[in-house]
Amino acid sequence: MPVADLLPELILLIGAAAIVVAASFLPHRLHWLCAIATIVLLGVSFGVVLSRWDNAAQLTFSGVWALDGGARFAKLLIFGTALAVAALSPQWMAADRRHGEYYGLLLFAVLGAVMMAAAADTMQLIVGVLLSSVTGYALVGYHRQWSPAQEAAMKYFLIGALANALLVVGVVLLFGLTGFTGYTELAAGLAANPDPWVIIVAFVLVLIGLGFKLGAAPVHMWMPDVAQAAPAPVAALITVITKVGAAIALARFAMMLPETLGWRWAIALMAVVTMTWGNLAALWQTNLRRLLGWSAVSQSGYALMAIVVIGAVDQSLAALLVFLTGYAVANVAAFSVVVYLRGRTELEDYRGLAHQRPWCASVIILALLSFLGLPPLIGFFGKLLLFSSVIEGGYTWLAVVAVINTVVSLFYYLRVIAILVFPGRQQSVADLGWPAAATMIVIGLMVLGLWANGLISLAQSGAFMQFR
Amino acid sequence: MILTAALAVPLLGALALAFWPGWSQSAARIWAVGISLVPLALLTIAWWRFDTSGAMFQLVEEVNWVPSLGMGFRLGLDGIALAIAAMSALLFAAAAAYPVDTRGSARQYYAWILFLEMASLGVFLALDLLLFYVFFDLTLVGMYFLIAGWGHGKPQYAALKFFIYTLFGSLFLLLAILGLYLSADPLTFDMRELIAQQPLAGGGTIASVVMAAFLLGFIIKTPLAPFHTWLPSAHVDAPAPVSAILAGVLLKMGTYGLIRIPYSMMAETFTKWSLPLAILALVSILYGALVALGQKDIKRRIAYTSINHMGYAVLGIAAAGALLSGSEAARSMALMGATIEMVAHGLITGALFLIAGSFWQRGETYEFSAYGGLSGRTPKLANLTTLAAFASLGLPGLAGFVAEFHIFVGTFGVYPWLAAIALLGLLITAALFLRMLQSLFFGPLPERWKTMPDLSATEFTVLGILLLLVVVIGVYPAVLIDLIETSTGWLVGGS
Repeated sequence: MPVADLLPELILLIGAAAIVVAASFLPHRLHWLCAIATIVLLGVSFGVVLSRWDNAAQLTFSGVWALDGGARFAKLLIFGTALAVAALSPQWMAADRRHGEYYGLLLFAVLGAVMMAAAADTMQLIVGVLLSSVTGYALVGYHRQWSPAQEAAMKYFLIGALANALLVVGVVLLFGLTGFTGYTELAAGLAANPDPWVIIVAFVLVLIGLGFKLGAAPVHMWMPDVAQAAPAPVAALITVITKVGAAIALARFAMMLPETLGWRWAIALMAVVTMTWGNLAALWQTNLRRLLGWSAVSQSGYALMAIVVIGAVDQSLAALLVFLTGYAVANVAAFSVVVYLRGRTELEDYRGLAHQRPWCASVIILALLSFLGLPPLIGFFGKLLLFSSVIEGGYTWLAVVAVINTVVSLFYYLRVIAILVFPGRQQSVADLGWPAAATMIVIGLMVLGLWANGLISLAQSGAFMQFR
Repeated sequence: MILTAALAVPLLGALALAFWPGWSQSAARIWAVGISLVPLALLTIAWWRFDTSGAMFQLVEEVNWVPSLGMGFRLGLDGIALAIAAMSALLFAAAAAYPVDTRGSARQYYAWILFLEMASLGVFLALDLLLFYVFFDLTLVGMYFLIAGWGHGKPQYAALKFFIYTLFGSLFLLLAILGLYLSADPLTFDMRELIAQQPLAGGGTIASVVMAAFLLGFIIKTPLAPFHTWLPSAHVDAPAPVSAILAGVLLKMGTYGLIRIPYSMMAETFTKWSLPLAILALVSILYGALVALGQKDIKRRIAYTSINHMGYAVLGIAAAGALLSGSEAARSMALMGATIEMVAHGLITGALFLIAGSFWQRGETYEFSAYGGLSGRTPKLANLTTLAAFASLGLPGLAGFVAEFHIFVGTFGVYPWLAAIALLGLLITAALFLRMLQSLFFGPLPERWKTMPDLSATEFTVLGILLLLVVVIGVYPAVLIDLIETSTGWLVGGS
């Protein structure tokens, strides 16, 4: 068991523990040091992953932990997102008495997402999902005195408890059927096709369990609540990293299943329901954060499109990774404006913002247009690869459904944009000062998609381990 | 470099306006006019350097942009693209110069005009399918903000409808582009390569699906009859110079796209679809003319004649693509006519919409029954409007006639019956323009217009230049024909 294989994760684990301890000794006014430590830790881990980019794909730790292109890319994405969120957090959390511990929880949430993305064993998958869920509940409810946050955390927890239980049952069924939890053995066991009905039931249960983390229908209900009521930096974090971790986990799990199972159609159905539901629900929202939450649901539906053709089309993993990156950048950009404006959420309060705060308004507008997939923004390249993959894989109808959904989504994105741009009442705008502003601008610039070529090359250079 | 510069200059001009807050109203306008003259000058140089006996695409500029996707920043021109791009650049300069009420945000208004100019010229100059799509979509954004921000009536509703409807079309275009890309071998987005390869030439279901998606995308943009409903509301609520751009430049992207992509890259499949397309065009010609006849609003009337005129252009394209070989002379004539129609319609309808804007600036209404007897009060306005209207109805000696003559003669060689029926459209447009002129300029002069000012010097110069070109093309069409013939030779073959 080469411990060094897990160096990036161990750095974060030890760092998180140290931060929790340090937070109990540091005076409250110095808790921002924990944010600096978090940023450094994440930066170092990011560098370690990047330095090992060209290593051969392999399993480690007795075959439970995959070190392949998909996992590495997911790590970069998760670390990068968490880094941006950590940079947004200090001023937001400054008044919270437990400011320092927050970063410890944040790092544990990151570890949970990374574990999901790297899971090559159903038991490890469960541990990852649970770690990510438990930290998620705590982070969402971090503002204990604010009842909407409590409500969101409670909803998140209730749906999560059910979904996680179903996931465990699914894993147990697979174990009972084959006697294995590792993907390598499981794939061989399932290929012998012992009892298709049990496999189908187990697959559906695992799909629901991971669909919960992904924010996919029918277990997506927590997403709009969390986006609306969680502390804004947490909302940015949770909507992105759990989605990335779960999408990679689901893709890896699905690739292991026998082709005869019809899982591609099941995921396609889930994709259609998710994107349509998310978009229709977002249409008339009057709260920007809730709207972003519903839009996040629909984006999960698009991401599932790539998983439908995973393993069948060369570009599908690259499509998934590029799409998720585009989503992460745009989502963090949109939430960074919310954070910078001290959590302003009602759409009415944004009326005419473009005249008072042109930069903030520009970042939101670019983020929304990137969600839409407008070229040459970063989201366009993800959608382009997604459409191209599903057409190549013979699921053209899915691309048509996604196109119609994209047109529907334009309606609510334009509602927000119109409110931002066209004049409204003048009001004073409070903000969080320069660190949040700088983060917002940097991420806003990333939405422009000027780095698309590097991103796509990086995504194309990695591949999944083959279990089947 | 000149083509890249023709895109970069308006973009930089727009950024300067957008991010430097210290512009006064007049400074912003002068800046926009000055900047928009640069692409016009550059395209004039391109016209001068264009070799009419040379390769199909000339002045090619190529830079890798996203090589991991096979996407390049490829620009270049053939005769058709050059003619339309030059017309567009002229129209943008005219639109920037034309007086308009910018409601205190001149800086943003002119920034969006210049941004839209960059995107529009990009569509005509792109030699890469994805790049074409990028610019195609960016025009929607520019147009959305211009209509929603500076329109009247219900501008936000009209702009929303415009954006959603045309995005719907352009996303099908994206799917079609991907379908074409995936069936190319080797995979490429390079238009020259795709024209040479003719992927999907064997036909089959995929070819039909891809062709249907292309046609849907471009027909919505053009627009042809059942897909036109976004157009009237967008036109009526847009400020007049923006209407001029919408009609003069953005509609051309549909017909230009038809020629550039399905017609050129899927010639064999196009032959199978050209009859239905021609019939749809015929429906548009008649429907557009009849509905225009029923309008009581200057802008709506002109907007519906656009549908009629774009119908002629599509009819010409469909006739040109009806066969793979045979009747080259007629088909070449039809394609030539379609291209001249695009240029002529851009100039004429651009001028007409600017004139409609002058009416709005003076009377705050587009109802032409509200006006009357203005020929004595505002002679310049009356004369230029009459000239533009006569050009639009196809009076010989003016550009519209040259275009329609070519289209009809060419179509007679391929679809004689369709051409015969389409002639009816000319009669109706003649009637509707004459009636509009009559009610605007003749009869008694209502009391409230006794002090109506005539065209200002700026207005007169801008309209004068546009209409002068209409006359030049009408009297001496060889200026355009020589240029376009180089492309039709390549596209129709046989010559």
